[in-house]
Amino acid sequence: MNEALRWALATYPEALFYGEDVALPGGPYGASKGLRKEFGPRCFDTPISETAMLGMGVGAAMRGMRPVVEIMFADFFLVALDQVLNQAANVRYVSGGRYACPLTIRSQQASVPGACAQHAQQLEAVFAHWPGLRVALPSTPQDAYELLRTAIACDDPVIVLETRALYQQKADVVLDGPLEPLGGARVVRPGGDVTVVSWSRLVHEAVAAADELAAEGVEAEVIDLRWVAPLDLDAVLSSLERTGRLVVAHEANVTGGFGAEVAARAASEGFWHLDAPIARVGLPDTRVPAAAALNQALVPDRRTIADAIRRTVGS
Amino acid sequence: MPAAPLDTYRDLLVIRRFEERLVALKAEGLIQGSMHLCNGQEAIPVGACRALEARDALTATYRGHGWSIARGLPLAQLVAEIMGRDSALCGGRGGSAYHSSAAHGFLGENSIVGAGMPIAAGAALAASLRGDGSVSLCSIGDGAMNQGAVHETLNIAAVMRLPLVVVVENNVYSELTPIRDMIATETLVERAAAYGMPGTAVDGNEADEVEAAVAAAVARARAGEGPSLVEAHTERLVGHYDLDPQHYRPAGEVERAAEREPLARLRARLDAGEVERVEAEVASLLDAAVAEAQQVPFPDPATARDHLSA
Repeated sequence: MNEALRWALATYPEALFYGEDVALPGGPYGASKGLRKEFGPRCFDTPISETAMLGMGVGAAMRGMRPVVEIMFADFFLVALDQVLNQAANVRYVSGGRYACPLTIRSQQASVPGACAQHAQQLEAVFAHWPGLRVALPSTPQDAYELLRTAIACDDPVIVLETRALYQQKADVVLDGPLEPLGGARVVRPGGDVTVVSWSRLVHEAVAAADELAAEGVEAEVIDLRWVAPLDLDAVLSSLERTGRLVVAHEANVTGGFGAEVAARAASEGFWHLDAPIARVGLPDTRVPAAAALNQALVPDRRTIADAIRRTVGS
Repeated sequence: MPAAPLDTYRDLLVIRRFEERLVALKAEGLIQGSMHLCNGQEAIPVGACRALEARDALTATYRGHGWSIARGLPLAQLVAEIMGRDSALCGGRGGSAYHSSAAHGFLGENSIVGAGMPIAAGAALAASLRGDGSVSLCSIGDGAMNQGAVHETLNIAAVMRLPLVVVVENNVYSELTPIRDMIATETLVERAAAYGMPGTAVDGNEADEVEAAVAAAVARARAGEGPSLVEAHTERLVGHYDLDPQHYRPAGEVERAAEREPLARLRARLDAGEVERVEAEVASLLDAAVAEAQQVPFPDPATARDHLSA
């Protein structure tokens, strides 16, 4: 993330990066370390004022800047959604293309044991519901770099939802590759018996579940959706065409989660490929407790995904 | 520099008669949807916009026709936009309450109370980072002063010394409720000190007074000294929206306001013959604008999904 932000500030003289504790402290997770020193006033700290931060991003973007705003926890979006949903998402459409809003908002979300109910929510379905917004959810260090770069290069509002559950991942990242086009899912584990569509942290859980199922003779294909808007439906359908079975797994609550959209689209456009009912894995429509014993009983993981795969394959 | 009184009268009259035309067009079924008229408040946008330059940014509220006109948006295109035609402003997508004009630095009206404030501050942020000397003017109503977005923005703009000028049009009512019942202080302008910025209260029915206060705030902003707040007192001669029955207003209030409104005041200082001549001039200007607007085609339904993304 640090390298993607550095790339953006170095590439675009109109780029700026700001948020709570990002400049002098270098970000709560160190993602913006050194940027203030390197880029001066284009990287700055703000008061704890999410509405003002996001709204200023809209106004600056309309006046030719390329702002990247950090919302420290995705839950904090909820005090300031007006500026995202009513303002940023409307700029290009309502002006008939006469104004643009090249605004990137990076945030992180995760249900981790010990985190309270207001630091644990998953908002991708909210943003995906709003035309005019793009939503990326990286699951690897390389994607964290690539998707953020693609988001910043986009001339429309893009929300990048990272997951702090994966901040400790270690991997070599290629920094000088070409800029990726926006959108596009990826098959991260091939398999012919069932398609598992997931994103963010649960991609790793889905791969672990698939490895477990391989010992039982079931080969699951795992797709990392990477972007929920735009949705790469072709990637889902082409896999489904081969496997005939679909599991959608995410950390957000099941009802109204983005998995519902994937399932509905797969059912309507891939109905004739389906050999079994579509299974959805998610938080079982509940609030999120801080206590690890309770949290782990609810948050989906490799076991819940493996169970869903078994049900789907067995039916 | 204050304009000649007759010029001010003409500028105010264009806005008043423009909105009267809109009401007539709506009665003919040529405009759909609510309109939030600024009858009585015209001196604020007229005075304030005289203090701006072309390079400056502006945001307004859903009661924004006066600001659009004072900022120089073409009248015919504005009528066309409000009629849902394919205007050069937003192609009919913004309408009465949410149009903008990129060609005029007009970032737009806003139908969410107070939401234009952080956007205006963002324009000021852009100006400040580029060091281009432009300023950003944000017009809000009295009710917006009770919104979180406004509080957050006044603070951050002051902290960052952004070139932002906030004009609060205090027209007595926050939508249908008197502002005095919604705040515990005597005035709104006294809050400026708490944010660490200068605040000035003016008679919003005097364009020259508004212009002077806004010009001082603009000069301060351009000099890098940060934001200012101007509270302009005025009164609505009409409802919150065009069909508002205004049951909540005490008897005689509108009549008393009509004696103090900017056009009536100026008219008393002008030659009756000149007033009549300006009236005719504005009428023919608006005849032409409405006729031209009616020549603007309606947007092609096949384009309804265009411009969602680049």
